[in-house]
Amino acid sequence: MKRIEVIKVLSERDGLVICNLGFPSRELYAIKDSPSHFYMLGSMGMASSIGLGLALAQKKRVYTIDGDGSILMNLGSLTTIAHHAPQNYCLIIIDNKSYGSTGNQPTSTGQKTDLEKIARAAGITQVKTVESLEDLQQHLDLHRNELLVVIAKTDNSNADVPQVPLLPHFIKKRFMGEVMKPTL
Amino acid sequence: MNPHIDDEIVNILREEGIDLLCSVPCIMLAGVLKKVETTSIIHIPVTREEEGVGIAAGAALGGKRPALLMQNSGLGNSLNALLSLTKLYRLPLPLIISQRGGKGEKVLAQMPMGKATPNLLKASRIDYVRIKERDDLFKMRKMIHKAFANDRVTAILLLRKLWDETH
Repeated sequence: MKRIEVIKVLSERDGLVICNLGFPSRELYAIKDSPSHFYMLGSMGMASSIGLGLALAQKKRVYTIDGDGSILMNLGSLTTIAHHAPQNYCLIIIDNKSYGSTGNQPTSTGQKTDLEKIARAAGITQVKTVESLEDLQQHLDLHRNELLVVIAKTDNSNADVPQVPLLPHFIKKRFMGEVMKPTL
Repeated sequence: MNPHIDDEIVNILREEGIDLLCSVPCIMLAGVLKKVETTSIIHIPVTREEEGVGIAAGAALGGKRPALLMQNSGLGNSLNALLSLTKLYRLPLPLIISQRGGKGEKVLAQMPMGKATPNLLKASRIDYVRIKERDDLFKMRKMIHKAFANDRVTAILLLRKLWDETH
């Protein structure tokens, strides 16, 4: 599986998307731009926390696209997510075993570290590792109304896509407009 | 008789419409944290101050009025997120900070960050106030208001003396 394929699946779902900085945001933007996308431009490690805050603040489903390197920077976040457990929250950790946006330096998930076990031990009950897009779809559908953490195993290739050309203030204003829109 | 200083602080949070509070504990803030639990404010204890910055940013995107309660040592743990997330996207966030490392500090390790805190805030262009007595608390109100009126990070440094007065 490639990361951009996982992101494409997520971009087709109904909900708000918090997307990790670097290549994940660039790939999401290249697939499709939408007001429901919050592209992170900085603050590495914060994706899962931003998504948690958003899920607690409102009722729409929140998909956070995180990465192995990023979640390893903020593992405490998994314990806070477990404790507050908003049922409208889905955290997808794309695990390519490397820091893909900085030259593919290896992370510990390519060695002995098991993110699924960490998430479970943090107290999250619905955690699934997926290695195919079909499996990913199936689990997103099956647990669409509950707190779900997915670890999606991908290779460490980056798509050849440009930077996100949007200003942070614009991303925020447009996104908040989407958050406030009533659901049909 | 004046209300307890912890009550006054929590009342200001409520009156300024704070509805979600992330916190990392500090002994100076223990009373405030206990009182917050008796209010309707959603209280989210976080594992690290930076995590609180992320949650607060998400909550603000979702229409909440968040605040972050922490010790000044936590400023060092959260500065990158405060600048490259909250400030970059012009999100509101008042930081309610217990200022250790000043007069009467008994823990040597608190001194370096105590000294650096105002300079770090200045260098980061985060407006702040120092509150050392009850009569200064109106400034806390103003700083919270400013954060939401102007979509920015502001900081309120609560000095030890504020509690000495009532204990």
